[in-house]
Amino acid sequence: MTRKFLGGVPASRSPMRLLRLVFLVFLAVIVWGSEAMAEYGDIVINNYSDKAGMRPAIFPHWFHRIRFRCKVCHADLGFKFKAGGNDINMLKIIDGQFCGGCHNGEVAWSVENCDICHSGKPNTPTQVHGNTIQKLVK
Amino acid sequence: MKRLSLIALALLVAVLGAGIFVDASAQQQAPAKAADAKPADKPADKPAAKPADAKPADPAPAKPAAAANPFNRLMIPKADRNPPPIKDGIHDPESPGTPMLQPPLDAFGGMPKSNAGNNINWVQAIKDKTINPRYDRLNPKEEPMILDLDIVREVKGFMPDVVYPHDRHTEWLDCSNCHPDIFIPQKGQNTISMAQILMGQKCGVCHGKVAFPVSECRLCHSKKKDQPKAASVSAPAAK
Ligand code: HEC
Ligand code: HEC
Ligand code: HEC
Ligand code: HEC
Ligand code: HEC
Ligand code: HEC
Repeated sequence: MTRKFLGGVPASRSPMRLLRLVFLVFLAVIVWGSEAMAEYGDIVINNYSDKAGMRPAIFPHWFHRIRFRCKVCHADLGFKFKAGGNDINMLKIIDGQFCGGCHNGEVAWSVENCDICHSGKPNTPTQVHGNTIQKLVK
Repeated sequence: MKRLSLIALALLVAVLGAGIFVDASAQQQAPAKAADAKPADKPADKPAAKPADAKPADPAPAKPAAAANPFNRLMIPKADRNPPPIKDGIHDPESPGTPMLQPPLDAFGGMPKSNAGNNINWVQAIKDKTINPRYDRLNPKEEPMILDLDIVREVKGFMPDVVYPHDRHTEWLDCSNCHPDIFIPQKGQNTISMAQILMGQKCGVCHGKVAFPVSECRLCHSKKKDQPKAASVSAPAAK
């Protein structure tokens, strides 16, 4: 019965298990979820920044999608659909990869403007803001 | 303020949650191991530890009734949506970069509205040319390749069927963004469910992260069931 309702979910994932899963995520968000209510789609990237003494980088989707279609970044420049999943660093950026495909003084302002990208609150974890899982509590 | 209410909420949920776990083990289902439930690619790494510490804490100090009972307790009030970077909780107000950033509402002024996500109707914004985002990094004239192909997915139960429109997606995306990693490009070769979507898989890779969120049921569940069953409803509203 219930299994039918869940359609494509593998049979091993019983409703109870699903409930537990949702609960855990829920809890995770409440416990270390910040008070953030940042703009939908804003991405904090913090694999290396904190450790290097920089503020975390913040990428605003809304701002960029007014100017570019998703395809430019996610197909042409090869950004994978995963916050923090592209292993970005400054060497790659000055070599013209990732953010450096545009932030090169030609398409957009250049990398010396450290603080415009590195403007996050220290210790903010890597994540996409306003996402479904985060929303379940808000 | 906000912090406090979060803590109170955490306590409440810890109690409810304990209920779920007890229940589960009583029913002799799979052992309630956190590791079991962890989705492969979700950032839910450090959750379970903290509630235990939180429990012995004192109950939240009493608040005046009015402050404790705002009309909307969990929903973000309209006035707090699309906050400027300096107040959004993730930008550091101390950073010299933060005040240089554009507040979203500055940009959104003349754009068609919606009631979720960025509160912008991005489909409409492109259609009526309020915005014309580049399809190529350098060449502002390059046009997207639009595929006009609707895929209908029948839904079990009462919810209307799902119509997946290629046209409105190929305005923004390349075929390779979805095929073959997220969807095998053949009707019937993919299982999709709401549970997956809510966990950020399938349609949920984008919907609930950047594209309009899951709360907008009817944008996806758009085909009434009592309509004559056709292989695909092509509504060429766009072009
Ligand atoms: C276009 C946006 C952008 C600009 C401008 C920028 N960065 Fe970065 N930077 C990033 C991103 C994205 C990362 C990856 C963040 C992470 O994973 O923590 C990063 C990572 C870093 C790191 C850690 C990784 C590494 O390469 O060592 C340091 C240190 C750093 N940036 C310093 C700087 C400095 C100094 C400047 C100014 C000269 C600067 N950044 C300008 C986007 C930018
Ligand atoms: C200007 C470049 C750019 C554009 C345009 C862009 N993105 Fe992104 N996107 C990024 C970056 C950067 C990340 C974060 C990658 C990282 O952290 O390594 C990202 C991450 C994502 C993620 C992953 C979120 C997560 O962690 O689950 C999704 C989904 C996404 N983008 C969807 C879209 C969609 C849909 C569009 C078009 C409406 C779009 N993006 C347009 C640069 C872009
Ligand atoms: C496809 C091109 C492109 C890529 C890739 C790109 N940007 Fe941008 N970005 C732009 C353009 C264009 C602007 C606007 C520049 C201007 O105002 O002159 C901009 C502006 C910004 C701004 C300032 C927004 C504001 O409020 O003015 C930030 C912050 C930013 N980018 C961060 C990033 C980060 C971080 C990355 C990499 C993770 C990145 N961008 C990748 C094109 C890009
Ligand atoms: C946003 C994701 C997305 C994008 C981008 C996308 N598709 Fe699809 N495509 C789908 C989905 C979802 C299905 C339905 C799969 C199913 O029903 O199992 C599909 C199905 C198909 C099918 C099978 C149709 C059938 O009747 O069997 C073809 C062919 C196809 N897509 C081609 C393309 C081409 C060509 C492009 C680029 C122009 C493209 N798709 C872009 C999501 C996408
Ligand atoms: C790769 C990212 C991606 C995936 C995967 C994806 N979408 Fe979308 N979808 C978008 C974007 C971007 C838009 C443009 C509207 C927006 O951003 O809010 C959109 C728009 C739509 C619209 C048009 C809404 C309108 O206002 O007309 C529908 C319907 C839709 N998606 C359904 C689906 C369904 C159903 C699936 C899964 C089978 C799916 N999408 C998978 C990115 C995606
Ligand atoms: C991004 C598109 C999208 C949105 C938004 C969406 N759904 Fe779905 N929904 C789907 C797809 C795709 C399926 C799977 C259809 C199939 O079986 O192929 C589905 C299936 C379902 C099912 C059948 C059971 C299951 O899990 O498969 C129910 C019930 C359902 N949705 C309810 C809702 C409700 C309620 C909302 C609003 C809160 C909603 N959906 C929002 C795309 C969406």
